[in-house]
Amino acid sequence: MKHLILAASVLAGPAFGAEIWVTNEKDDTISVIDVDTLEVTRTIPTGERPRGITFSKDYSKVYICASDSNAVQVMDPVSGEILYDLPSGADPEQFVLHPDDRHLWIANEDDAVTTVVDTVERKVVAQIDVGIEPEGMAVSPDGKIVITTSETTNMAHWIDTSTLQIVANSLVDARPRHAEFTEDNKRLWVSSEIGGTVAVFDTATKAELAKIHFAITGVNDDLIQPVGFEFTPDMKTAFVALGPANHVAVINMDTYEVEDYILVGRRVWHMAFSPDHSKLFTTNGVSGDVTVIDVASREPIKSIKVGRFPWGAAMRP
Amino acid sequence: MRWLPLSLGFLAAGLPAWAETALNVTYLRLETPPVPVLSNLDPIPWDDGIAGAKLGQSDNATTGKFLGQTYNLTVESVPPDGDIAAAAKTALAASPFLILDAEASAVLTVADLPEAKAAIILSVAAPDTRLRDADCRANVLHTGASFDMRADALMQVLLGKRWTRLALITGTHPVDKDWSAALSAAITKFGLELVGEKNWSERADLRRSASSEVSLFTQDLPDHDVLLIADESDDFARYVAYNTWLPRPVAGSEGMVPAGWSPTLEQWGAVQLQDRFEEAAQRPMRPRDYAAWVAMRTLGEALTRTGSTDPATLRRYILSDEFELDGFKGRPLSYRNWNGELRQPIPVAHARALVTLAPIEGFLHEYNELDTLGRDRRESACKAFGEQQ
Repeated sequence: MKHLILAASVLAGPAFGAEIWVTNEKDDTISVIDVDTLEVTRTIPTGERPRGITFSKDYSKVYICASDSNAVQVMDPVSGEILYDLPSGADPEQFVLHPDDRHLWIANEDDAVTTVVDTVERKVVAQIDVGIEPEGMAVSPDGKIVITTSETTNMAHWIDTSTLQIVANSLVDARPRHAEFTEDNKRLWVSSEIGGTVAVFDTATKAELAKIHFAITGVNDDLIQPVGFEFTPDMKTAFVALGPANHVAVINMDTYEVEDYILVGRRVWHMAFSPDHSKLFTTNGVSGDVTVIDVASREPIKSIKVGRFPWGAAMRP
Repeated sequence: MRWLPLSLGFLAAGLPAWAETALNVTYLRLETPPVPVLSNLDPIPWDDGIAGAKLGQSDNATTGKFLGQTYNLTVESVPPDGDIAAAAKTALAASPFLILDAEASAVLTVADLPEAKAAIILSVAAPDTRLRDADCRANVLHTGASFDMRADALMQVLLGKRWTRLALITGTHPVDKDWSAALSAAITKFGLELVGEKNWSERADLRRSASSEVSLFTQDLPDHDVLLIADESDDFARYVAYNTWLPRPVAGSEGMVPAGWSPTLEQWGAVQLQDRFEEAAQRPMRPRDYAAWVAMRTLGEALTRTGSTDPATLRRYILSDEFELDGFKGRPLSYRNWNGELRQPIPVAHARALVTLAPIEGFLHEYNELDTLGRDRRESACKAFGEQQ
């Protein structure tokens, strides 16, 4: 275990200067947190209602869903300047960058479509009809399948990236918010916020393998609302944000058992690891802060004040 | 008369086996005679409720297209003096799924028709407690928030703020008196104090003289923290706010209002529903629209999960622990299996913002905190759902 983490940190290069970028939904800003000092070092203005955030492969650009500006903004992470806006369709909420490092797949929450944007040509290359309120976006590691979850239709739509057609629809519990493929491309995880569950699918058969339930003493079941989640690189542990339950669940990825609940700030949304995966940063919407979790001990070690309603998080090494 | 529905009933039961799955719903409205009110500022839109059902239909259809399921919605509006029973029979002959936008006695008339025995009736416009109590019917589900749910929500909020001394003004219409009775009952239930009560009697045109008339009318009420107003016909309450003798907030039908839905809801994804609704209806969503939307989505969700259009199968599923619906109010919606009432959070809001969403923190329940609002299992005299318990 220790070997692996060490190796990973060596691969990621020197940790000095690594940052966590957090979008503040109701402040129209990004807070940049220094991973070593755990302080906010910069606050950068964005378009209206920034939510989804992701970096290009070489970290030379950062893409930001400015939902209420109806645009994906492209920013120079060094200067913090907006370089240009990409056409995105209406109300982009979340997106995923295809492994080709060129195509952004965007969920347009108001329009029931998934939009594919070519970031080089800066144009929309396709729009695919999906269910109502598309939100969660995931791409398989081989780039062949993109998942859109639709919150009111309660489905994960499997989209073939070569034909741009939906090839399967998997029903999940109410209000699916987030989806991720495992590194080995064998599993797809989908969280259902109102259903209070996480479903795990076999990517080959698209069959449901497991459904994970949660229970926290003293928290009403209704308020346990899984949203964002992240996997450790060894594919052994998943961290799942539980929204207004104010906890992050720690899940054994082999047995699908919940091993721990970590207390964080209020209404936890999404999260990002430090480059060496020793720390996990969670965005807490209602309390307006970021909780830093020590991954090894599974303990919260610091809470960092950011802007109003922090939502998305992304790491910049 | 009896022949026709029976034979059609057989046809409907046989359908799923050999046709593509289609769910047909009738929205049946019994229009209410207009009540004269002082102000014309907020006319009730003609499609109140109907627009919500239409949106629910379109939401269902989007899901259905991925599953080979289709939905059809037929709207029937009966004039105030029209024959609701006849209209219901026609609708039930076509489909066992009925969204009923009618007052309580008409709900019972329709529910008690022999043709309605195996139907699923979703009532969206009868807030009366008695329909969730001794006058419940096994074939009726309630998606509209009841008077007692709303009153309980308001009292939780007031108690949470320690604003416990209340005065109450009740309007002249029967609906005002029903709402007033629910408020009084909730005051007792949550241990607040009703310090004074008056029945509205002013006949003056308050559009011109509210400041003097209302000040005088409220002068002899004992001191209170909050003035409650029961004015469900939206007649005089708007003129009471800021014209009272004592500087006190108002609540109930004006000021801080508990309702099944509020245009001020924006959290929990609600802004998506508000936007979708406004785009389709060109106006904000009202509580009846929401109740009708939930009714359509309830049928849609049940068909999605069971693959069946058999009303008995759907009813069983809807009343089971399996059923849960995202209603954009932060907690899953489900149905109480003791009286068919929708379990739902109640927004307590003023015109410009949400104050809070009830149940509020601290009101605990052994099974579900939503059951702190309205008739809980032990409080309800409903027996018709006996087989579910």
